[in-house]
Amino acid sequence: MELKLPVYLDNNATTPMDPRVLEAMLPYFTEKFGNAASRNHSFGWVAEEAVDYAREQVAKLINADPKEIIFTSGATEADNLAIKGVYEMYASKGNHVITATTEHKAVLDTCKHIEKTGGQVTYLNVKEDGLIDLEELEKAITPKTILIAIMYGNNETGVVQPIREISKIARRHGVLFFTDATQAVGKIPVDVNADGIDLLAFSGHKMYGPKGVGALYVRRKNPRVKVTSQMDGGGHERGMRSGTLNVPAIVGFGKACELCMNEMESEAARLSKMRDRLENSLMELEETYVNGSTEHRLPHVSNISFKYVEGEGLMMGFNKNIALSSGSACTSASLEPSYVLKALGLGDDLAHSSLRFGLGRFTTDDQIDFTIDAIKSTVTKLREMSPLWEMFKEGVDINAIEWAHH
Amino acid sequence: MAYSDKVIDHYSNPKNVGTLDKSKANVGTGLVGAPECGDVMRLQIEVDEESGLISDAKFKTFGCGSAIASSSLATEWLKGKTVDQALSIDNMDIVEELNLPPVKIHCSVLAEDAIKAAINDYRVKNGLPELVAEKKAH
Ligand SMILES: Cc1ncc(COP(=O)(O)O)c(C=O)c1O
Ligand code: FES
Repeated sequence: MELKLPVYLDNNATTPMDPRVLEAMLPYFTEKFGNAASRNHSFGWVAEEAVDYAREQVAKLINADPKEIIFTSGATEADNLAIKGVYEMYASKGNHVITATTEHKAVLDTCKHIEKTGGQVTYLNVKEDGLIDLEELEKAITPKTILIAIMYGNNETGVVQPIREISKIARRHGVLFFTDATQAVGKIPVDVNADGIDLLAFSGHKMYGPKGVGALYVRRKNPRVKVTSQMDGGGHERGMRSGTLNVPAIVGFGKACELCMNEMESEAARLSKMRDRLENSLMELEETYVNGSTEHRLPHVSNISFKYVEGEGLMMGFNKNIALSSGSACTSASLEPSYVLKALGLGDDLAHSSLRFGLGRFTTDDQIDFTIDAIKSTVTKLREMSPLWEMFKEGVDINAIEWAHH
Repeated sequence: MAYSDKVIDHYSNPKNVGTLDKSKANVGTGLVGAPECGDVMRLQIEVDEESGLISDAKFKTFGCGSAIASSSLATEWLKGKTVDQALSIDNMDIVEELNLPPVKIHCSVLAEDAIKAAINDYRVKNGLPELVAEKKAH
């Protein structure tokens, strides 16, 4: 097979849609265009049936009951609905939420929002490997705690939190457990019952489905969990999320879940082998560090810092041919490098020097070979150009220099 | 964000990467930026004592593509100028020449700072008073 360029290694940002998903969706844009809430004609029935079927496909992937699935516009909305919805629904029980500093902005900013309305939030630090400290979690629980919100797999490092241990602690204290599993569902086995999860958010476009669709799982038994609706209107999704259902996207999301269900095991094995090959080859470069636990990690993700070269400058060496992202501030509108990497205790300099590799269903071995060569040669070239590399090589202590910070 | 052709050209074929002997009296060295900010630039000039002209200039930069391009361009512009002429290089000239977008202006400011720092180093080494540069926003 011929090498396909450009190489896409930003699958944590979004995945391409699987052609089989598109095929499943197409009829629902045109001839099967009905509103799933139209109860009195065949157009509505066809749409409703398609949504019901998708709901089963989605539920099955996480071992839930279809009635426990609320369709949303994506994981951001599901995160909002879970946190704000629990916060409002359980206000009489308490106002305290526990989360972690490495969560996605959709969780962190939602927590900031509830703080403004009188809520209290504890942001747990993570250890050097990116995992939360379970003892610290348990200690943070107060009689006012109503929710623990800890993500499944991290979007920048791929680090997977000890979900079952967290849920045990939550159960023991009668606190609800919500997890943002956007990066994990479809990539590794996620089972809401075995894992003891009460609410779970995920998204279609991270698993080869369409953008603009996602779901919130809300447990119905042991315990029965309820959330206050954040979108009022026609009372869709059992009153928890009003708005005409996006039928084609939901159909695609369902199909994507089914494909992941069938192919996850072989795909994860294939991708982790490729990821390890990529990582091991790049680690042959001096002064190169993997960020986050390599033991508790999603199979398709690797986050690596190439010390003494800056991430954006590095990507410029190959971004015509390779798409990936960096924790460097120079690539973003903000002036701060990745807060996730900094939470792992990385200095700003190492955070600036990081690249995130997210492999996916359509990544090939040839593309990995190409990537290894391109990155190795660019790092080497830029280090020849880096004053910091020269100092390091001459044994100058870079930390002892008085730098003029802006 | 797409890069201008000129930035790509300087990045791909940087001019005057290297190191001059900083212990020599006619070499001025400027080291600006900070690793924590993701950008460090080292720019050096060598002044021909007879003619007073900058005979050589070298840089090494840790930073984004625009920072690398700005310093590469700066070294090209420095060569053949007198030290006083070199002082008049303004970061906005670099912005214009390289078509830098607003978010990358600070990379050009860094290059101007590096020129000024190298000149000051040269001046101090040669018994001249240090010049106090106006502070530009990064
Ligand atoms: C962990 C995590 N949560 C939430 C989101 C947001 O998902 P969506 O784009 O579906 O709103 C993302 C994607 O960027 C993510 O990685
Ligand atoms: S060095 Fe950071 S944007 Fe140029």
